[in-house]
Amino acid sequence: MLVELRGVSKRFGDRLAVDGLDLDVPGGGCFGLLGPNGAGKTTTLRMVYGVTRPTTGTVRVFGLDVTRETRAVRARIGVTLQENVFIDAISPVDNLRVFGRYHLLREPVLSQRIEELLDFLELRSHARVPVKVLSGGFRRRLAIALSLMNQPELLVLDEPTTGLDPAVRLALWSRVRELQRQGTTVLLTTHYMDEAQRLCDRVAIVAAGRVVGDGAPAALIRAHLAPEAVELDCTPEEERRLCDGTRPRARLRVGRRAILYTDDAAALVADVRGRDLGDRRPLVVRPTNLEDVFLALTGTSLEGA
Amino acid sequence: MSVSLPHAAAVWRRNASMYRRTWWLNVLPNFFEPVFYLVSIGIGVGAYVTRMEGMSYVAFLAPGLVCVAAMNGASFEVTYNIYVRLTFEKAYDAMLTTPVEPDDVLAGEILWAVTRAGIYGGCFFLVIAVAGLAPMPQALLALPLIPLAGLLFAAIGIAFSLRIPTIDLFSFYFTLFLTPLFLFADVFFPLKERLSPSWLWVAEALPLLHPVRLARAAFRGTADRVLLWDLAYSLGVSAVLLAWARRGIRHRLTS
Repeated sequence: MLVELRGVSKRFGDRLAVDGLDLDVPGGGCFGLLGPNGAGKTTTLRMVYGVTRPTTGTVRVFGLDVTRETRAVRARIGVTLQENVFIDAISPVDNLRVFGRYHLLREPVLSQRIEELLDFLELRSHARVPVKVLSGGFRRRLAIALSLMNQPELLVLDEPTTGLDPAVRLALWSRVRELQRQGTTVLLTTHYMDEAQRLCDRVAIVAAGRVVGDGAPAALIRAHLAPEAVELDCTPEEERRLCDGTRPRARLRVGRRAILYTDDAAALVADVRGRDLGDRRPLVVRPTNLEDVFLALTGTSLEGA
Repeated sequence: MSVSLPHAAAVWRRNASMYRRTWWLNVLPNFFEPVFYLVSIGIGVGAYVTRMEGMSYVAFLAPGLVCVAAMNGASFEVTYNIYVRLTFEKAYDAMLTTPVEPDDVLAGEILWAVTRAGIYGGCFFLVIAVAGLAPMPQALLALPLIPLAGLLFAAIGIAFSLRIPTIDLFSFYFTLFLTPLFLFADVFFPLKERLSPSWLWVAEALPLLHPVRLARAAFRGTADRVLLWDLAYSLGVSAVLLAWARRGIRHRLTS
């Protein structure tokens, strides 16, 4: 395992941010830490790169104890923080140069690496203007470039695409996939379930500082729900009349909406239609996603409904 | 954990690469301030004060103002600038994703503050040397006092910056701490001659007094045992406050 957390807790005063967390991130893939804001995702990441010390438990990265061999671990990790941190007055190239020096890179390697990253993250068009004039998408790409200066074996991305428009998100996802192809292991946090489903081959769902479910997205869906979801608006009484006796694998309710999970949506829809006394109430059939798994595992939706 | 000099140097270079672009914005005001004092008080007021401790008033003033320039150079860096990097820019959070550790951040920042003290104090020293106010060669002994004063005020300032809850408190630091030091710590008049003996300890507690007394002795080319106390005070207070700052920065960055 590239990253291994065992019984990790972190207490800030009265608040238990992380509560007995076990986590295994295998090398080579993309691992997603999913959960709502305040679930302890960022704290967990900070413990992985050794800035926050666990109150109890152990964190090993590359087989090394992070609290003891912090420098050695960080030399092989790249971290993109949730908030971009640049020197706004200077150019992307100068920012990259400053950051490369934290890794003790020297010329000519320093300039070589900067050139590679200008190409890889498509930063060349504005490589020499002050960072403060750049767009949000460009800044995010620069932030990722900074964290790649040391050619990390493990790239940690804390909410890489929060607040970005769809086109920029797609472009960033393609860069992350390319890095994976080159052998970089990616550990990311997100509260976008679609992002996790597209990028991650394994995810851990975190709620209130604990892992409540983990595995490959499709396996999680199979284990906790079923591949297809049927949604309908109805009161609890109507739900009993329409759905009791149908055989969904699982049934959830969010506000006014009932969601039924099944292996065979067509059969379930026919079954419900047979009971709705001809009122032809609208039904939505869609594939089950991680959002549903999250709902099933935590009892709350990500939007906090 | 201990300081890694190459990593501290990388932190130092971060500041240097920013400063290179804006140095004239920063240097000019802070550099001219002591020059104006020298001209106004030294030559203006000095015209009415004929002799001070056996020398012209402007010559009395010069060594103290070298220390004031160093104090200002270090102080601006470790107050507003560090607070902004720490709280608003999150620069240190980014550094700590790399092999840079809190101790390296502290060492790099202190070195940088001492560098700026050196730039201000050194420039001012050049001015008074050209003006013939630095008796050679003995005044050269005051040169190492510039980084010493820089270190002392870097340590005081950073210890303060790491503990305050809001940036607004720096106005207290400047108007209630640095300004009285500037006015009362032997720069403009020998404080001891105006204090009754039972209050002398107050004078000895003032941080600026010690580099000023050392610088004046260097300019005069005289030695005294009290200078050992001045040296011990400057180094001792720096060491204690840096140890405190070390705990503070680790607490702020790695909780």
